[in-house]
Amino acid sequence: MVASSDKTSPPLLEMKEIVKTFPGVKALKGVSLTLNKGEVLALVGENGAGKSTLIKALGGVHLPDSGEIIIDGQPVTLSSPHVSQLEGIAIIFQEFNLAPKLSARENLFLGKEIVSRGFIDHRAERSRARELFQQLGMSIDPEARCEDLTVAEQQTVEIARALASEARIIVMDEPTAALSQQEVEKLLSIIRRLREQGISIIYISHRLEEIYEVADRVTVLRDGETVGEAPVVDVSKSQLIEWMVGRPLEEEFPKRRYQPGPVRLRLENLKGGSAVRGVNFELRKGEVLGISGLVGSGRTEMARRIFGADPMDSGSIVIDGEKRSIRQPRDAIRNGICLLTEDRKEQGLILIHSAQENFGLPNLKSFKKGAFIDGKAESRAFEEKRKSLKIKVSSGSQKAGKLSGGNQQKVVLAKWLQGQADIFIFDEPTRGIDVGAKYEIYLLINELVARGKSILLISSELPEVIGMSDRILVMKEGKIMGEIEDAQSTSQEAVLALALKE
Amino acid sequence: MSQSEQATGFPKFSLGDYGMVVALLALCLLFSLLTFKRQPGSGSEAEAEMVGSVLNQISKSDFALIVGAANTESENLARNVYQQVVDSSRDKVRLIIGTPRDLRLALDELSDNGDSLGGIVASGDVVKWRVIEQMPENFPQFSNYELAVPSERLWPDFLKASNLLAIVERIVVIAIIAIGMTMVIITAGIDLSVGSLIALSAVLSATVVKKFGGADAPSWSVGVGFLVGILSCGLIGLFAGSLVHRFKVAAFIVTLGIMMMARGLAFITTGGFSIDQVPNSFVWLAQGSILGIPNTILLLVLIYGSAHVFMAHTRYGRYIYAVGGNAEAARLTGVPVGAVILLVYTISGLSAGLGGCLQASLVRAASPNMANMYELYVIAAVVVGGTSLSGGSGRVFGTLIGAFIIAVIQNGMNLIGIQSYTQMFTLGGVIVLAVLLDKARQSGGIRKLLAGRWN
Repeated sequence: MVASSDKTSPPLLEMKEIVKTFPGVKALKGVSLTLNKGEVLALVGENGAGKSTLIKALGGVHLPDSGEIIIDGQPVTLSSPHVSQLEGIAIIFQEFNLAPKLSARENLFLGKEIVSRGFIDHRAERSRARELFQQLGMSIDPEARCEDLTVAEQQTVEIARALASEARIIVMDEPTAALSQQEVEKLLSIIRRLREQGISIIYISHRLEEIYEVADRVTVLRDGETVGEAPVVDVSKSQLIEWMVGRPLEEEFPKRRYQPGPVRLRLENLKGGSAVRGVNFELRKGEVLGISGLVGSGRTEMARRIFGADPMDSGSIVIDGEKRSIRQPRDAIRNGICLLTEDRKEQGLILIHSAQENFGLPNLKSFKKGAFIDGKAESRAFEEKRKSLKIKVSSGSQKAGKLSGGNQQKVVLAKWLQGQADIFIFDEPTRGIDVGAKYEIYLLINELVARGKSILLISSELPEVIGMSDRILVMKEGKIMGEIEDAQSTSQEAVLALALKE
Repeated sequence: MSQSEQATGFPKFSLGDYGMVVALLALCLLFSLLTFKRQPGSGSEAEAEMVGSVLNQISKSDFALIVGAANTESENLARNVYQQVVDSSRDKVRLIIGTPRDLRLALDELSDNGDSLGGIVASGDVVKWRVIEQMPENFPQFSNYELAVPSERLWPDFLKASNLLAIVERIVVIAIIAIGMTMVIITAGIDLSVGSLIALSAVLSATVVKKFGGADAPSWSVGVGFLVGILSCGLIGLFAGSLVHRFKVAAFIVTLGIMMMARGLAFITTGGFSIDQVPNSFVWLAQGSILGIPNTILLLVLIYGSAHVFMAHTRYGRYIYAVGGNAEAARLTGVPVGAVILLVYTISGLSAGLGGCLQASLVRAASPNMANMYELYVIAAVVVGGTSLSGGSGRVFGTLIGAFIIAVIQNGMNLIGIQSYTQMFTLGGVIVLAVLLDKARQSGGIRKLLAGRWN
């Protein structure tokens, strides 16, 4: 699929030599980008490469220090989000901008209500909302509350809102990070529809497969500079990764030897709520057990019950041959289980506290000096983990909320590695994390396995589950639908077939 | 790539870390300048000066009267001077402590005995007594006497030891309760019941003391009374904490209800009357001293010191911050969230209980309607001290500074004679200003704060 760009007309959007400096940090050192009408441009780069700053410049959040933004051949100054909207630019951030208690329709027309005789014309709004959803090929009840919609549906509302405000350029920041495989397919088809309607899209993603599927061209940023730009058909995956990290990467998933030991964790008919309906499996010492399945298949809910975060109704958890009672996370931690939650920001970290405080929190008992905390021992331990995990922090007192996704995940890892855990439950460990940091997390998983730890790896990215697991379990509707014994030689289709099995 | 200040190597001077201390010192300086006045001499210099004038200017054959007004600084001074003069083997010396009448009687006696008066040694307000001013008319026989007064000096009213102690007494109750409140607010909660708990604790302890004989009650019963008051409030705090944690009711509503229940209980306990039949040992708690240091100051130092160590250097202190920072993340990291919530509300109750005992001891009485609106002053002290109402951050020493800022403003306004209504207005304004300054600190400067938009 080649962009329908007309060589004679000027590009719809041109950003030339954009420079933006924050106190002490040069976030953009001269980035250039062009976007043609009806084109999908993938914007990729590691976290911190300057993608968000560039997008914010486009959205009127940051005013560039120098450089030009040209729309339809006219230089513009995007001095505020409002001005940017008037130019036909809509940005869909990773965290949606929807009021959860309001309906889809109310969100859609928030700030630009359809009014007749001073009152909101609900009927007109409703039919326009249906029209927009139809245009996107989704059927969403306009009166449904946003908090009751699935992530994919909420995203559709956001996209429809961009259409309602007659956007010509839609920027999507990591739109598939929280979607299941099926929902991703749906979104990609929406994007293709938008392109056919002549709308231009800037698509930011860490998932390279999607870029090959949907994008026409790709622009790569590294350290605030444009390092590469090409039609996707002309650039290989390894070339893309090399541009992004600045060095060639040998393989996507590092190899290791599979040497399973005795059974460490056994679930016997675990049930809890409507999401977990009787799960049985065994996890061995020195093994990575991948858990696949669609979003909503009960993977996270099962993990939370093993960890005691949610109550289980029946069934038992057997560790090293002994039945254990796990009613709250503290019990799980005492039994050597730890959970890396899928939602780092809400559940994994206290963002307003420092990296070191987050690291120390579950380990305070081991930094004891009488009745008090041994602050020096804590700093020393953090320093050690900072080095071994290559966590990029200015100091231990830097707030966790200021770190990039990869470094936040490393802080979460550091706090659990410091303890005496034997069973690691990784729920979407690489979501929203750039290629370089991803690889480091894979290496760490291999190292843990080599030390005889057991790992439960929940991931929506099929290549990741397949590439990193020894065995794979596929879940559907709160149960295990099947097992793939030899993960290394299976295919995405085989896993999907199990996930969709009736 | 980090955008934080530390990463760039810029030294980080933030207003908030020291801003409140600076504000407090600035207020002290302001009120010192505004209350500069000629003060009668006092202290050891004045003492030496007065002893000198007795020994050098008054002949041994004449009487010297050393006068001090009862229960003032001049009393101590007079006693010390008298002691030293007697030690230098003078015998014609009289010490007069009391009212102008006592001085007049002493003069009459001298006159009746036909003794000659060599001098009157006095300090402070004694100098202004009419007896002394009218000496030439009333006692013409003593025409040739010296009035020895220590030389005056310039000193602000604000910085007088007695005034500084008054500030401490004014704030001690609020400051102690504010410790519990700081912990509660750091967990992102609130405790509105503390004002009522002050009254409840006060009337409970006074009632116990009354049962043991009122003004003649033995000292140990005072201890029992205080303990009953404090522990009851602790239990009520525990109850509030369990409602907040177990049933997830908003702390605002739970403690609002308890605020009214506790006030009601206080009225029920005394039948609406106040209790002022208490022994001297009851008053010792807030008005006594150990080794010359007032108990109020000792209590503040002791309790703030231990609260700081607890919050900054113990496991549970860290847990309190963690629960306020993100309760769910804390729970999933193994923090016993329930225990932490129960603990902070119990501590808040206990500190309100202690505050009640102190308040009753300060005013020598317990009344069911005392300490009205104190919860708001306590919350104001915590917030002015830099603790965020959204939880997760704050320092107990900040709260102490906050409490003192409020007390110093009130005291200073009293000294320069501002009306109480105007005082209330000003204090409210200061609280709003303090919170705005804190916001400015969070958003990285006043300019940045003002640059924000309305929507």
